[in-house]
Amino acid sequence: MSRETIVTAFLVLGLLAAPFVAQAIGEPFYITLATRMAILGLAATGLNIALGLGGLVSFGHAAFFGIGGYAAGILATHAFNGEPLLFGLPGTNQMIVIWLAGAVVAGIIAALIGLISLRTSGVYFIMITLAFAQMIYYFAISWPAYGGEDGLSIYVRNGFPGLNTLAPMSFFLISFALLAAGLVLFALIRDSRFGAALQAGRQNETRLAAVGIAPFRIRLAAFILSAMLTAVAGALFADLNRFVSPSMFSWHMSGELIVLIILGGVGRLAGPLAGAIVYVLFEFALGGITEHWQLFLGLILLAVVLFARGGVMGMFAGRARHG
Amino acid sequence: MAEPILEIRDLRKSFGALQATDGVSLTLLPGEIHALIGPNGAGKSTLIHQIAGSLKPDSGDIRFAGQDVKPLDMAARARLGMGRTFQVSSLAPEFSALRNVMLAVQARAGSSFRFFRPVMRDTSLTEPAREALARVGLADRADIPAAELSHGERRQLEIAIALALGAKAFLLDEPMAGMGPEGSQALTSFLATLRQEAPILLVEHDMDAVFALADRISVLVYGRIIATGTVDEIRNHPAVREAYLGEGA
Repeated sequence: MSRETIVTAFLVLGLLAAPFVAQAIGEPFYITLATRMAILGLAATGLNIALGLGGLVSFGHAAFFGIGGYAAGILATHAFNGEPLLFGLPGTNQMIVIWLAGAVVAGIIAALIGLISLRTSGVYFIMITLAFAQMIYYFAISWPAYGGEDGLSIYVRNGFPGLNTLAPMSFFLISFALLAAGLVLFALIRDSRFGAALQAGRQNETRLAAVGIAPFRIRLAAFILSAMLTAVAGALFADLNRFVSPSMFSWHMSGELIVLIILGGVGRLAGPLAGAIVYVLFEFALGGITEHWQLFLGLILLAVVLFARGGVMGMFAGRARHG
Repeated sequence: MAEPILEIRDLRKSFGALQATDGVSLTLLPGEIHALIGPNGAGKSTLIHQIAGSLKPDSGDIRFAGQDVKPLDMAARARLGMGRTFQVSSLAPEFSALRNVMLAVQARAGSSFRFFRPVMRDTSLTEPAREALARVGLADRADIPAAELSHGERRQLEIAIALALGAKAFLLDEPMAGMGPEGSQALTSFLATLRQEAPILLVEHDMDAVFALADRISVLVYGRIIATGTVDEIRNHPAVREAYLGEGA
């Protein structure tokens, strides 16, 4: 077993064990913390497909995170009020339907954004994805039907067949299962033919074209997949907080997702999860002391970028290897 | 005469006032090695870029494998069977030599939208890739990342990639550049066998290699082809001697 596998297993199993320990010692609050790690880890795993494998530094993934969140909020509100949504279709409070709806809408929006933004690269790509996300952010703010600036409350957490989702442990297990599925999906994509083309395009676009694979289509597909996964995390995030607001669309959120990946290790399977664990721990440990905790996070990020380029994964599992 | 695999007619490209390609016409026939020589700045690389599709000509025709390829981008031309190597090696640096070649095998199979099967356990990719590596003599370097290969090995790897593509023609842009004398000699004898696979358009500075390999030579000076002919014809061509080979060539 490689060191990478061991570190990955340690992180995943550690996260799974944490809530049970918390419950045993009578500190159920920590279950919510672990849930937050799982959800943010999933969101960043989505971004890791585009950013880590494809080298597409999307500074607009908050758009997809927010779309997932609003899918949960809007569908739940309609279900709660018994009002039809569109064309007589009802809302729903079933998580599975919400995840699918969020992923599909995010996928469509990502296709549109990708068609335009993937014609650029480097700083221009970063700026265009940011611009699209900001457009959606301002749209959400100025849409009074769904709370506008104040956001939307989800009065009852959405349901999952056979589980009481209001119990923190059940909701954690749902989030963890989706994180695990996201990680499996990431690993499959990374090792597949599609992943080979995607990663080759990051390393050398000309080489990819010279063997006859057009980089654009590969990147567009990756961008869409990436957005869909992040959207599912967004829906979970809304259910965790039982609240969605335009801040899910904000550029801070996009930046946070990138920070998670850099902290954990770009392109590494467990990188986003490692980043999310470190980030949430910091937020919790330092957030209690000072509201300026992100200053310290900034310092750590600086240290990672300067001294530990591989992030947490680089520190504990060594350099990434490509078969 | 056999139908040419590559046919260029009256190709023109200028950068501002500089006429980099000035009415170039040339053909590449099945089975031949056609060398393109010329002094630095003659426009050899510009010409290769236009043929491969990384640069758009201002006017003129490029036909490859019986098809007008001018509207096609680089990837589409590669799919038609243009096996190109670069003047400065262009590889996926983090991938092993094997994975670099596997990319070509997968491209040839036309199957990059497969998301689940791990490539390293897919013998329909690894076997042909290992075969191509063995043919260029890199079999025991298969697992080394391209970035860690020596300069000469990277050039060999590019040729292995072109082989794995099942190229209908090879466009080799200065394959000898930066190789030591022994490396050049080994590559020269390899290229002599490669021609059985597909015809080669060989841009090269190494005159020994060119004279040893080429069936025909075209001489490019200031964007124009001033002469095309056999090795002997070119050796003795007065304009060529003056423009390029200089005294004592």
